[in-house]
Amino acid sequence: MSAAETTVRPRRSLLTNPTLRSIVYQVLLCVAVGLLVYAAISNAADNLARARIATGFGFWNTTAGFDISQTLIEYSSRGSTYGRAFWVGLLNTLLVGGLGIIFATVLGFVIGIARLSSNWLVAKVAAGYVELIRNLPLLLQLLFWYNAVLKTLPDTRDSYVVAGSVFLNNRGLVLPRAVLQAGSGALALTLLAGMVAAVVYRIWAKRRQALTGKPAPVLKVIAALVILPPLIFVALHGFPAVFEFPERGRFNITGGVEVLPEFAALLFGLVIYTAAFIAEAVRAGIQSVPSGQVEAAHALGLRPNLALRFIVMPQAMRVIIPPLTSQYLNLVKNSSLAVAIGYPDLVQVFTGTVLNQTGQAVEVVALTMAVYLVISLTASLVMNIYNRLIAPVGERA
Amino acid sequence: MTGVAGERAYADLAFVQRAPIGALPPPLAMRGPWGWLRANLFSSAFNIVLTVVMLALIVWIGKSTIDFLFIDAVWVGHDRTACMASEQRPHVGACWPFVWERLNYFTYGSYPIPQRWRVDVFFAMLAIGVAWLLWLEAPRRDLGALYFFVVLPVCSFILLSGAPALGLETVDTSLWGGVLVTVVVSTVGIVVSLPLGIVLALGRRSRMPAVRLFSVIFIEFVRGVPLITVLFMASVMLPLFVPEDLTPDKLLRALIGIALFASAYMAEVVRAGLQAIPRGQYEAATALGLKFWPQMGLVILPQALRVTIPNIVNTTIGLFKDTTLVFIVGIFDLLRTIEVARIDPKWATPVTSPTGYAVAALFYWVFCYAMARYARHMELRLSAGQERR
Repeated sequence: MSAAETTVRPRRSLLTNPTLRSIVYQVLLCVAVGLLVYAAISNAADNLARARIATGFGFWNTTAGFDISQTLIEYSSRGSTYGRAFWVGLLNTLLVGGLGIIFATVLGFVIGIARLSSNWLVAKVAAGYVELIRNLPLLLQLLFWYNAVLKTLPDTRDSYVVAGSVFLNNRGLVLPRAVLQAGSGALALTLLAGMVAAVVYRIWAKRRQALTGKPAPVLKVIAALVILPPLIFVALHGFPAVFEFPERGRFNITGGVEVLPEFAALLFGLVIYTAAFIAEAVRAGIQSVPSGQVEAAHALGLRPNLALRFIVMPQAMRVIIPPLTSQYLNLVKNSSLAVAIGYPDLVQVFTGTVLNQTGQAVEVVALTMAVYLVISLTASLVMNIYNRLIAPVGERA
Repeated sequence: MTGVAGERAYADLAFVQRAPIGALPPPLAMRGPWGWLRANLFSSAFNIVLTVVMLALIVWIGKSTIDFLFIDAVWVGHDRTACMASEQRPHVGACWPFVWERLNYFTYGSYPIPQRWRVDVFFAMLAIGVAWLLWLEAPRRDLGALYFFVVLPVCSFILLSGAPALGLETVDTSLWGGVLVTVVVSTVGIVVSLPLGIVLALGRRSRMPAVRLFSVIFIEFVRGVPLITVLFMASVMLPLFVPEDLTPDKLLRALIGIALFASAYMAEVVRAGLQAIPRGQYEAATALGLKFWPQMGLVILPQALRVTIPNIVNTTIGLFKDTTLVFIVGIFDLLRTIEVARIDPKWATPVTSPTGYAVAALFYWVFCYAMARYARHMELRLSAGQERR
C-alpha cells in the first residue's frame, strides 16, 4: 500500500516535458515558415517594383494580341483578352487530356490483357511494348513523333490521300467535315432517346436476372435500340447533314476539318506512353485475382472470355482503379509537355506567351498550378468516393 | 476347391498383368517442339490469326529498324552530302558520321576541351559511388552512403565548377551540357530527394499537427502539379523571391525545382515503407527506451528503407526520365544538345533527326532498363524470405 505512495515520481524538468517540447517545435516551425514567406513576399515586392512589373490580375481583361493555332471557342488576336486566351488554353488541355484518357484506356487494357495471353507470341510482343515504351522519356517520344515522323511526311502537294477525302501531310491531317442542316437536332434527340432506352433496358434486364435467373438478350436489344431509331429517322427525312470534303487547291487544301500535327503528335505520344503504364496496372490487377476463381469459373462451364468478363474483371477492377486514376492524372499533367512541340495547351499559351508578354510570373504560374491542383484534387475526391462504393460489403466502413 | 494346380492351369491359360503398365507418352501432337507450338501459338483459329499478325508485325518493325540502323546506314562522311538520298542510293538509313562528330558535344556540351578530364573524373567517381551503394555485398556500405551523399557532392561541385585556389579553372554552368548535365541533374535529384523525402515522410506521420500539415501541403501540392510548372516556378518565380544579388544561376534553379519535385514523390515512397513496418517494432523500440531519432535511425528506417529499395529505384527511373524536361527551361541536357545538333545546317538531312533520337533512345533505354532490372532483382531477393516453397 504504502509502496505505491512512496514511489518517487521521476522529476520532470520542463526541458523534457513532451507536450511542451512539441508545442515549442511547432511554434518554431511556424515562425520559420512565416519568416520565409514574409521574406519571399517582401523580396518579390521590391524586385517587381524595381522592374516596373504590375501586380494583380489587371491583365486579365487586356487585349491579348497574339494568335492561337487551335481554338475551340471563338478567339481572335485583335479582340480577345488574356482571360479568353486562358480559357482557350484550358479547353485545349482538356481536349487532349479527355481524348488521351479514352484511347489510352482502350489500348492499355488490350495490352494488359495481351500480356497474360495464352498465346506466347502475343504475350511477348505486349511485354516488349511495355518494356520499350516505359523506359524512354515521354519528351523524347513526343519529339520523335513530331519531328521525325509527322514533319517528314510529304508536303501539301504530295499528301497521302485515304479514300479520296482524308489528307495526311506535314501540316497535319484533314478530315471531311459534317455541316449540320435543319433536322440534325431531331436526329441527335432520336439517338439520345435510343441510348436512354438502352440504359433503362440494361438495368431492367440485370435486375430481372438477379431476381429470377432468366437472362435477357442484352447486346442485340441495345444495338437495336441505339441504331434503329436514327436509321428510321434518316429513311423518313433524309440525312440532315452534308459532308464537306477537303479538296486539293493549288497551294493548300481547302475545306474539311484540320487536325494540327502538334495535336496529333501530342495525342499519339501521350496515348502510347500512358497505355504502357495502364497495361502494367491491368496486368497486376488481373494477377491479383486468386487462380481458384478462374478455375471455379471454368468448372462452372463458363468459357474463358465469359470468365474474364464476369469473374476476373469485376474483382480485378478494385485493384486496377487506384493506379488507373493516377495514370489518368499523369496523362493530364504530362499533356503540359505540349509546350515542347508547340501545341497551344494551357501551359504553352499561358505560362509561355502570356507570361512573356506581361512578365507577371507570380500570377501566371500560380494560376496555372491552381488549375492542375483543382483537377488533381477533384479526381482524388471522386476516386475516394468510388473506392468506398465498390469496396466489398464486408469491408465497408 | 480348385487348388494349386487349378491356379497354375489358369495362369497358363491367360496373361494377367501384375504390375501397372507405364503411362503411354502423350500423343506426338502434344509434346516436343510441335506440341509447344500447338499449345502456345496455334491453339485455336483466333490464336492462329493472332500469331500470324504478330509475326508480320515483328518482321515489319524488326526489318525496318535493322535496315535503318545497319543495312542502309551511312558509316563514313564529312557533312550532310554523305547522308543525302541520291539516285545511286535511294534509301538512306542512320547517319552515323553525324553522331561520331558530335559525340563529344553530346557528352560534355560546351565544357572547355582542355578541362574535359574533370568531367571524366566525375563520371568515374559517380560510378564508384553507385556501384558501392547498389552492390549489396560490398564492404563498408555505411562508408559508401557517406561517400555518395556527402563526399561525392562536395568533391564533384569543386571539380566541375572549379576552384581557382586549387588550380582548377572556373567553368560557368552555362557551358555544361549533354550527358554531363543529365547525370548531374539526376544525381542531385536523388542525393537531395532521398534525405528530404525521409524527413517529409516522417513529418507526414508526425504527432505534431503543424508538422503534419506543412508536410501534407507540400507533398500534395507538388504531386498535384506537372513538373513543367514546378520548373517554371523555379526558373521565373524564384529569382523574384530572393534579393537581387543572390539570384541563383539557371542550372541551380532547375536543380532546385527537380529536387523539390522528386522529394515529394520520394516522401510518398518512404511513407509506404514506414507503413509496412509492424507496430510492434515501434513499441519494442519505445520499450527499450529509445527516443525518437535513435528509434528511427536504429530500428525503423533501416527496415523501412530496405523494403523500399525497389520503389526508390523505380522513382529514380522516373526522375531520370523527367530530367529531360529541363530542356524546356533552357538547360542543355542530352536531349537539348541533340535537338541543337540535328538542326545544324552542316548535317541537315531527312535522316539526321531520327538518327539523333535513336542515340538518345539508346542512352535512356539502357540506363532505365538496367535500373528496372535491378529493382526487380531486389524485389525477388527481399521477398525470398516470405515466399512459401
